[in-house]
Amino acid sequence: MIELEGLTKHYGDKVAVDDLTFTVRPGIVTGFLGPNGAGKSTTMRMMLDLDNPTAGTVRIDGKHYRQLRDPLTYIGALLEAKSVHGGRSAANHLLCLAQSNGIPRGRVSEVLDTVGLSAVAKKRAKGFSLGMSQRLGIAAALLGDPRVLLFDEPVNGLDPEGIHWIRNLMKNLASQGRTVFVSSHLMSEMALTAEHLIVIGQGRLMADTSMRDFIQQNSRSYVRMRSPEREKLLDLLHSEGIDAAVAGNGSLEVDGVPADRLGELAAAHQLVLHELSPQQASLEEAFMQLTAESVEYHAHDGEPVPAQAGAAPGARTPEPAGARPGEPQPSGWGADWQKKRS
Amino acid sequence: MAALGQVIRSEWTKIRSVRSTVWTLGIAAVLTIALGMLICFLASNDFHSMPARQRLSFDATNISFSGMGLGQLAMIVFGVLVVSNEYSTGMIRASLAAVPQRGTFLFCKVLVATALVFAVGLATSFVAFFAGQAMLGDLRAHLGDPGVLRAVFGGGLYMTLIALFSMAVAVMLRSPMLSLGILMPFFFLISNILGNVSATRKVGRYLPDQAGSKIMQVVAPANSDVPYGPWGGLGIMIAWTVVALIGGYVLLRRRDA
Repeated sequence: MIELEGLTKHYGDKVAVDDLTFTVRPGIVTGFLGPNGAGKSTTMRMMLDLDNPTAGTVRIDGKHYRQLRDPLTYIGALLEAKSVHGGRSAANHLLCLAQSNGIPRGRVSEVLDTVGLSAVAKKRAKGFSLGMSQRLGIAAALLGDPRVLLFDEPVNGLDPEGIHWIRNLMKNLASQGRTVFVSSHLMSEMALTAEHLIVIGQGRLMADTSMRDFIQQNSRSYVRMRSPEREKLLDLLHSEGIDAAVAGNGSLEVDGVPADRLGELAAAHQLVLHELSPQQASLEEAFMQLTAESVEYHAHDGEPVPAQAGAAPGARTPEPAGARPGEPQPSGWGADWQKKRS
Repeated sequence: MAALGQVIRSEWTKIRSVRSTVWTLGIAAVLTIALGMLICFLASNDFHSMPARQRLSFDATNISFSGMGLGQLAMIVFGVLVVSNEYSTGMIRASLAAVPQRGTFLFCKVLVATALVFAVGLATSFVAFFAGQAMLGDLRAHLGDPGVLRAVFGGGLYMTLIALFSMAVAVMLRSPMLSLGILMPFFFLISNILGNVSATRKVGRYLPDQAGSKIMQVVAPANSDVPYGPWGGLGIMIAWTVVALIGGYVLLRRRDA
């Protein structure tokens, strides 16, 4: 069980994580969802006591991280895939982590076997693909056989087979009664693995709900209608007691009535229809709608950002699309500097 | 609390499982010994053409450590890499998640690296002394001569402290490039320049390497007005190292990993 209470992180006058309070329960996979830059990784680093919170606390099974004796046996984490010295072999990387927490040497080959890296155990991590690095990171998380597991974007860089594997792994771990907390920016991925959902946007808690409720509330199906005689159509629907909403381009959106019936109704009153189509709002759209106002960095096709649009309350200058302060840049000059602040 | 023994074992695995350890320490030893031998050989040929005053201050022991000026650069690289590799690879997050007591983490890392450097440095120092004396022929010093054993033992201490100081600086700066970019030119050039220009000599002799290398001298150079002895000089170097370590510890405690 992980309990967050009023967790807050400021970088200068920028608020990265804003008063987060929630509980991650054992026995299920809890998804941690938010757009890029929403504060997911910062939150996870604070859970591991890597970053100091500005305010608030995190408790792992009732204890502060620093109070845990041999923390890897309580909580295992996959943060970034590439947190390995490239010159060290996979086995030695795991061995030094195991030794620091008094985990028996035999566990190293066990977890390498679990993630399917036994064949390259003696190989230096420098030559690993992103997918292999991700597996090595997962092996490190499993090393202490912990009751709590954190995965930050675990499917990144994995091939379809790897994605399938990690989904099953997470479900298995949860079904053994462990606490599994996994972050993603992909709603569709979460829908497949998570039972519970925590959504954040711009560091604030947007939703803390079961996946079933989220789907029920958010996967809206409706019928879109377009007619040259829109007013007549509206009157007709109204007289039949059907609610219709006028959408942007002059079309109507009708909830909860099958398209067949709407078509027959229009035909009976000899109304011309240009469109009659059943629509399904995907979970992805629901998620985007939920976090729309909180997305910090919209793509802007190279145009300058208007002073207020989409900018964080505390943001002073517009950032170029894709560049995120406090997050590592992929490469080039200053990459190292950026990394240090993330 | 993580048990010290566990963390020490873990840090030993880290240090022995990367190639840079063997390379940097090997280069430090080879450079120090080989260059020392070469300069001893040249000095023994030149001795008879030296002016009398220079002959009086001829220090056979110290000359066999002439390679240390270059060899210490490899020690600096070792010290910097041991620490900053954690940061440049992102390993630091895995390490601190495993050992959240940052003081314990730093202590064990520095302890293991320092113990290794001390063993290598001491061996290097003794080999450099005996190999250098072999080149000097009649001019050679003996381990039993006054001050010689102290100088040879001090050579090992000097190399250890240089590496330890570099580790501490790297803890503060984190970036390997930045740390090396400051330490290498400082110890190779700036310290020497400050120590040899008369205007800055009085300040320069309190720099860690200038003060610390006093321990390797047996015969004081002519006109020397240095206000501290060999152990005093080493003390100054230790003080620098301690301050740097405290700075590193305070920053590591406070900083986000």
